[in-house]
Order: sequence, then C-alpha cells, then structure tokens
Amino acid sequence: MSLWIRGGLVIDPANDRELVADLHIVDGRIAALTPPGSAQPQDHDLVIPAESLWVVPGLIDMHVHLREPGYEYKETIATGAAAAVAGGFTAVACMANTMPVNDSAAVTEFILERARIAGLARVYPIGAVSKGLAGRELAEMGEMHRAGIVAVSDDGQPIQDGLLMRRALEYASTFDLPVIAHEEDRALSQGGVMNEGEWSFRLGLPGIPSAAEESMVARDLAILERTGGHLHIAHLSTAGSVELVRAAKRRGLPVTAEVTPHHFTLTEAAVAGYNTQAKMNPPLRTVKDVQAVREGLLDGTIDCIATDHAPHHQDEKLCEFDRAANGIIGLETAVALTLTMAREIGWSRKQMIAALSTNPARILKLPGGTLSVGAPADITLIDPELQWVMGAESSRSRSRNTPFLGYAFRGRAVMTIVEGQIKWRLGG
Amino acid sequence: MRFSQRHLLGLEELDREEILFLLDTAASFREISEREIKKVPALRGKTVVAAFFEPSTRTRISFEIAAKRLSADFVSLSGTVSSAAKGETLLDTARNLAAMQPDVLVLRHPSAGTPHLLAKHLQCAVVNAGDGCHEHPTQALLDLLTIRERKGRFEGLVVAIVGDILHSRVARSNLFALRTLGAEVRLAGPRTLLPSECAPWAFTTPHLEEAVQGADVVMLLRLQRERQVGNFFPSLEEYSRYYCLEEGHLKLAKPDVMVMHPGPLNRGIEISSAVADGPYSVILDQVANGVAVRMAVLYLLGTGGRRVEAVPTKTQMTAIQRSGRRATR
Repeated sequence: MSLWIRGGLVIDPANDRELVADLHIVDGRIAALTPPGSAQPQDHDLVIPAESLWVVPGLIDMHVHLREPGYEYKETIATGAAAAVAGGFTAVACMANTMPVNDSAAVTEFILERARIAGLARVYPIGAVSKGLAGRELAEMGEMHRAGIVAVSDDGQPIQDGLLMRRALEYASTFDLPVIAHEEDRALSQGGVMNEGEWSFRLGLPGIPSAAEESMVARDLAILERTGGHLHIAHLSTAGSVELVRAAKRRGLPVTAEVTPHHFTLTEAAVAGYNTQAKMNPPLRTVKDVQAVREGLLDGTIDCIATDHAPHHQDEKLCEFDRAANGIIGLETAVALTLTMAREIGWSRKQMIAALSTNPARILKLPGGTLSVGAPADITLIDPELQWVMGAESSRSRSRNTPFLGYAFRGRAVMTIVEGQIKWRLGG
Repeated sequence: MRFSQRHLLGLEELDREEILFLLDTAASFREISEREIKKVPALRGKTVVAAFFEPSTRTRISFEIAAKRLSADFVSLSGTVSSAAKGETLLDTARNLAAMQPDVLVLRHPSAGTPHLLAKHLQCAVVNAGDGCHEHPTQALLDLLTIRERKGRFEGLVVAIVGDILHSRVARSNLFALRTLGAEVRLAGPRTLLPSECAPWAFTTPHLEEAVQGADVVMLLRLQRERQVGNFFPSLEEYSRYYCLEEGHLKLAKPDVMVMHPGPLNRGIEISSAVADGPYSVILDQVANGVAVRMAVLYLLGTGGRRVEAVPTKTQMTAIQRSGRRATR
C-alpha cells in the first residue's frame, strides 16, 4: 500500500524548493514528488487531498521534557508523544532531568522502549552531561551514545563549573554529540523568579538579570573557541545573548542556538497579576529582547525553534508565585505561535520550516528534516489559515500549564505522518 | 462615589478618587478612637480573619483594634500555629478559613502576590497586610492620612523615601500612591538597594542630602539587619554613616518638614534618636492613624463597597455611637 498527498504546497528547505506537487510515499519512504494531478493512485492507495495545505518535512522539537521516568503525574512518554504529533511534531528530543536522571545507558534504553511502545512521534533521548545533573563528574556519554542519545545537556541544572563545561565540550566531540547549554549564572540569578526590570520592581518579585544568561553565553563561547566541538545554546532569551551568538558565528565558531515560541511572543508583562503560567526559566524578557530574538531568527543567528515543553501538575502552578514551578507546555501551540510571529516579521515559509524541522535535524544529525526522495516519510500537513482556539480539553498532554489557554490562533498542523503512517489528524 | 473594589490588594491599581475616598473614610473614623467608649456597631455580626504568615505585632494589633472598634468578630491565625508547617498549601489553608464564612480575610505573607491568589479563589474580601516585597497598602494609607492632616494636599509635595527601597513594600505602596496623587517622590539609598527600574516613577540618588534637599516629607524605612549578609552594604556602621537621618539633615529640608517611619525603629541606624523624638517626628501620629485607616478598609470591604452617602457622617456617627453605648450597657 502506498500513500499520495495530493496537490499541497510542498515546502522543502533542505532542497531549497517550494512547489505545488503530489507526494508519493511507499513503504514508509518518500518515493516521488510529481507535478500536481499526475498522481496515479492504485486501488488500495490512500489519497490525502492537500490542496490549500502546506506539506512540510516532519517538525522536530529538539527541547522537550517528557517527565518519564519519575514524574509520570506530569507527563509520560506516551502522553508527551501524543501531544507532539497533535502539534505537528514527528520527532522530539527529551531532556535528561527525569528521576532517575538519564545519565546511563539503562535509562536511555528505557526511554526508547517506552517511546517504541507509544508508537507515535520519534523520541530521541538527550543524555546528562554530569552524573545526576550534579555538575561534578561527567556522565558516561559513550555508553549513552551507544544506547541512542543524540546530545548531552544538564538542562534544568545549568553547569556552573567552567572546567566541567570545557571537559564536556571536549569529551562529547569524541562521539559527535552537541552539548546543549542552559546558560545561567546561578549566583546572579539567585532567588530570582522573573525578569529583573520594570515588572519585577512593580510586582516586588526578585529578578533574574539578563547578565545571568549573557555572562554564561560569553563564558561558554570563550571555552568553545579553545575546545571546538559543538555548543548548542538552549532557549536564548536576551538581546545580549543574540548579539554574542551572532558575533561568534561570524568568527566561525561551531555554535547553534534555539528560541522558544514564548520567548518570541510574550514579554515580562505577562506576569502581571502574578500569573504563574508566565513563570519560566529563562524568564520572559522585555519588548527589546523579543525583537532581538525575532531578528536573530530572521538573520539566521538563531537556528531553530524549540518549545522547552515543560509539563507540570496544576497544583505546582496554583500556588505562591515564588514557589510555582518553572515552564509551560508548548508542543501544541508552537506551530500557531510561529505562524503568527512569521506573519509579523515577514518570514519566508522556507525559513520557518527550516527552523522547525531542517535545522534541528541537522543539529542533532537526525534522519528527518527533508522531503528528498528516499528519505523517511516523516511529514506534517499544515493549514496556515485554519482558525482555532486553544482549549484545555483539546490538549493531549497530561498537563495544562500554558499561558495560551483561550488564545485564538490562525494556522495549525492538521496531519502528522511518521514513517509513512498517519499518527494523528485533526478531528480524526 | 462608590468604592467598587472588592479587595484591597495594593495601591498601584487604585485611582486618585479611590485613594482619597479611603482617606476621607478613615478621617471620619478617627474620632471614634478618641471617644470614651471606642466602639460602634458598624460591623456587628461580621467576621474578620487575620492570617499572618510572617511575624508582626503592630500591624496585627492595629487590625485587631480596628475590627473590634467596629464590633466585628476578630480571629487571628499566626504563622506558628498555621497548617503551613504540616505541608498544607496556602490555597487549601485559605479555603478552609473561607469555608467558615468570614467576611474579610486580612493576609500577611512573605511571598509577593499571595493576596491576589486568594482574592481570585475565595469569596470573601481580601486585605493585603503586606505581601513579600510588593505592597503594604494600609501602611501607605496611614502615611498618606498623616501627610494630608499636616499638609492638607499632595500635589507638588516633595517626599523623600530613604533606605532599602528594593525590598520595601512600604516604599512601593507609598511610591505608587504618591505618584497617583501628584506628589514628587525621591528615592535614596545605597545603589545595591535602589533598583534602577524606579526611574520612571521617581528621582533616585545614593546621596541622602540630595533627597532631603527642600523636602516636605522625609520617610524612613526600617533597615532589615539581615540584608548585610546579602552584601548589600558592608556594615551597619557604614550604613548609618551615610543614611542615618540626623538633625543636621533637616536644615536642608523645608522648615515645616515632617519625618515619618513605619516602625519598629532602629535607633542610630536609619534614624537618630534626636530626630525620632524631635519636633518634626510624626511617628506616633502614624500609629494612631493606622487604626483609623484599617477601620475604614474593614468597613468598606466588610459592607461590600457601600455607597459613600452610607458612610456615617459625623452626625450619623454620633447616632451609631449612641446605639453602641446602649448595646454596651
């Protein structure tokens, strides 16, 4: 049996093309791209009419927290993968801050096994840089690499020790693994619960200055200059960080970077009224920072969009602001928020799909991100005009912590195909 | 006018008319405390619960006296006997209190925004009695009442607030309200305790003299001694050398300057005894006004934002008082 996706606008940044075409999938792989109307479906073939839809390489979110093992009350690999395909993501890379931490091949294998059973999105584990995320001894990156990790990161427990960061960059390069850094100087951010600025003063909340992020970005770039390897900077949030990465790329340093939809959409003002759904780390910043990360996306300083999908139980948000958990879910709103932003900044479709698929695939060296003939048929169909409202009941995630509940959006993924199999379709 | 707020969470969100209305109401309540029998039945049958999750004596007592002078039943729960230690969430504790049908919940809590959280989830009126470093609206209202009694106006007044601005809820409440009322505010303190984000609201300076120059009001903040641990200043001695208000400083201010302090005083650290006990000090007037302000707040919220004409006039007050006397007899 084969599958025809008929008459959609095919956007394929990996091959620098954008054309209306019929796309033919056979045995889980892309078999052909033919002019519209030339499809010759056989009796048992499934034909998906895609006129007015975008046909894009499966979206890849390289920064999610799936919480399993250990925090299944927030999310499981199955519910997280369900949210992923419902948001148009055919693959996600999950961070190591589970319980136990993914700092061993055994945990990596467990995650992969749970993902296989879920059978939805592809799940790529990210291993810890340090044992137990304690920031002292290197975790067994080689063993985890054999088991299937695609990167290493101590996300959630930012690496304070510069020497450990140096060793991590050096050692991880043996296995061609990127080191993903959550950049935060914990001494400067100490006690902070939101951006340090006008709103932290008004609300009387302890602030996290931009310098807490920027000084660590600067440190790690300086280390990278010496070590080589591959540094990937997670969730950039400040104008200063964007400028540092821009300058480093100009010097040819092996650095890549991501930004979250919330950091290119919201400002610190979202915290007004002590809205714990707007509490995250790094915190929401200022209008100037939002503009800077958008410019970073436009000029390619920032390579990709990643959600930092961080599910939390409602009780962890329904409490004192300073005690509330950091982070929000993001898999199901990412496409809509990206489309909204892209319209505002006049971003091309190709650039947008590159940031959501082709670039994360390149950074993590994953098989997807392309619609080349012979590539795995990981494909997302997007209706860029569909109007919808983000409702609590519609989410596939186990958690509901998002500031975007009730938002009216234009555009969303309507079908997600992984290896030629339809894993999710809107309303179906 | 009608006071349409259901809660008193902070002064930033109040407009000029609302603040002045609160002050007018408080002024009308002042005389009750000067009567021989200091009790009116205005809140008879109403219950005020005070939940204090932070040590406080004077604010809690001030609320208690205010509630009792209005004949409300007053129950107080302090941090040490609360359920917080047993692992109960704040919202659960509050919902349990609310299930007992209080009319007003007075909350003091070390986390900014907790009164907002409770106001969103409870039926009763919530009064913020100090939330973390955010606001302390009744303290600022009593400060404003004291200023208005002496100066008769706010427009054009120069008010210097001195000390740990960064961590002070008293400073924030006063700053927001004074700006709304048209006063000029200057903030002074060591740069470590003086966030640059204040700039849109006030002139800031690390030099006490610059702030006091020509001021109508000098408002001092209590220095939390534990701030020294956070390296905000090297020693109490050095702090007092630069920020302790002495008699000499007052020569720079207006001749009729008034000196305020929310208490408790750190004599010799932020205020010299000569100033604290001197002729410009209005510190004890502030305390007296605290009861009147809290009576006004409890009254307005406890009666559900009653229309202004329903607030007792002087004559009505006397009538209420008479009935109160009868009740007492």
